Amino acid sequence: MLAYILRRLVILLLSLVVAAIVLFVLLRLLPGDPAAALVGVGATPEQIAAAQAQIGSDQPLGVQFLAYLGDLARFDLGQSFVSRAPVIEEISRRLSVTLPLTFAAFTLALLIAVPLGILAAIRADSWAGLALSVVSQIGIAVPVFWLGILLVYEFSLNLRWLPSGGFPLRGYADPGKAVESMILPVLTIAIVMSASLMRYVRASMLEVLNSDFLRTARALGESHRGALARHGLRNAAVPVVSVLGIELSTTFLGAVVVEQVFSLPGMGSMLLLGIQQRDYPNIQGVLIVSTLLVLLTGFLADILQRLLDPRLREARR
Amino acid sequence: MSAVTRSRPRSNPVHWLGYGLVGIVVLFGVVSFFWTPYALSDMAGGRLEPPSAAHWAGTDRLGRDLFTQLMIGARIALVVGCGAVLIGGVIGIVTGVLAAFATRVADDALAAVFDILIAFPTLLIAMLVVAAREEASLGTAILALGIGLSPIVGRITRILTKRVLSKDYITAARVSGTGWGSIVFWHVLPNIAPFLGVNLALQFGLAVMAEASLSYLGLGAPPPNASWGRMLQEAQGTVYTAPWGALLPGLALFALVIGINLLADGLRDRFDPQRRDG
Repeated sequence: MLAYILRRLVILLLSLVVAAIVLFVLLRLLPGDPAAALVGVGATPEQIAAAQAQIGSDQPLGVQFLAYLGDLARFDLGQSFVSRAPVIEEISRRLSVTLPLTFAAFTLALLIAVPLGILAAIRADSWAGLALSVVSQIGIAVPVFWLGILLVYEFSLNLRWLPSGGFPLRGYADPGKAVESMILPVLTIAIVMSASLMRYVRASMLEVLNSDFLRTARALGESHRGALARHGLRNAAVPVVSVLGIELSTTFLGAVVVEQVFSLPGMGSMLLLGIQQRDYPNIQGVLIVSTLLVLLTGFLADILQRLLDPRLREARR
Repeated sequence: MSAVTRSRPRSNPVHWLGYGLVGIVVLFGVVSFFWTPYALSDMAGGRLEPPSAAHWAGTDRLGRDLFTQLMIGARIALVVGCGAVLIGGVIGIVTGVLAAFATRVADDALAAVFDILIAFPTLLIAMLVVAAREEASLGTAILALGIGLSPIVGRITRILTKRVLSKDYITAARVSGTGWGSIVFWHVLPNIAPFLGVNLALQFGLAVMAEASLSYLGLGAPPPNASWGRMLQEAQGTVYTAPWGALLPGLALFALVIGINLLADGLRDRFDPQRRDG
């Protein structure tokens, strides 16, 4: 197991390096000189040249790349072209919105999806199981931004219970308002996400219910309930955990859209603004930090999966 | 089969609902090539009119016919979905199976590549591509979404294939002299096909959704491509006075995606041998 963790850790580090290279190449493929974006429209060639010297885009690509890796190793993500603020500061401010949003929505989705998914599998033949499947089918197909708009229509414009968007300027120093403005976004993400999670939980639970080992356990005298608790849940959890990592990452990045619906100042709106303003350091910073978080999630999900399923540790082929 | 397996009727009315919903969207999408009630940019009506005999779905804030836009939106959703799943499916299945069969080092490398590419999800890749091309086109969106989907398909194909390969009947087949090529076609692909098919259908839905999200963010294909996502973005500001403008495009998107999901379920029930025996 330790060997696996070490090997997986090496892969994680290599992935980070490859991701850094991919990002470097991708951002250099964007049209236009970042220096031209820095000085704006109508700048003289001298001004552009000065800007190039300032951000180093007049250097050979190899030199630029080494400088970029060096900066990354020191967690220096540069300064925004527009606001001149260090990118890392802006990102940590934005993460204080996006991370709570993601984790609250993810937790709520799990709390909804796991019990309901198990119930839907166990009661697959009854009306309850059927109804749950229908609800999950509907939830999967609902566009997240549409649901957001509908929730705003009902709870903000019609009932006037909650704000329709925005985040208090003072942030969490204004805890009541901050929480209020998070409720609808969290609900929006959690509803859509729990629907797809429930489908996975139900499918993998159904597979376990049809499995030979469960029948054997029953034949050895365990009750249906006991066999499920002792053997079923753990086996059913393995495929679910493998999608959890992806789902969590999807939620984090899906926040791009939901933040836009509710005008939340998170990572998503930072990326969108960066693209509109051609603010390359900001775009690059958001992508690097997002990639890091997503890779870390995948790493943890893989380790968890191994812990749950000893077969994966041995069977290589 | 074990006693818990349920028996299912061959033809499930819910699946016919799926065929029906997809059929309606396809019909509107195809008809939009030949006929729409108005021209797309024709400001024929008053501003934000509710649905009426002249404008079946009402008008937007410039007085343009919403039903016309909905029809064009159906066309765009279908074209993007088909193109993206085709590109993503081919790349994903080939690389996923290869990874599962590869040596340990190559497998790890491919798995890492899947992880990295998943770390740049569909929507982000598409956003970057749009940023890279000054002007977004339908083709870029399809390519970007297809490439964005491929690592998801690849990762799942790899995991499913490895699961099949760890089974005893594969060892038995190997011992009895079956080549790897035959194993892929006779054991691996048939065994992973049901799960993978369902997944590809979900990917189609995801691609349609991702295109709508792009358009909602203002990064989609430019006018005259009326995407459901852009319709929603335009309608959000006037949702209180003209709710139908935000209701209908979302409903169309919802109907298409749920239709595809139900259709996939129907296909799985028909082709999955484990279910057929039930």
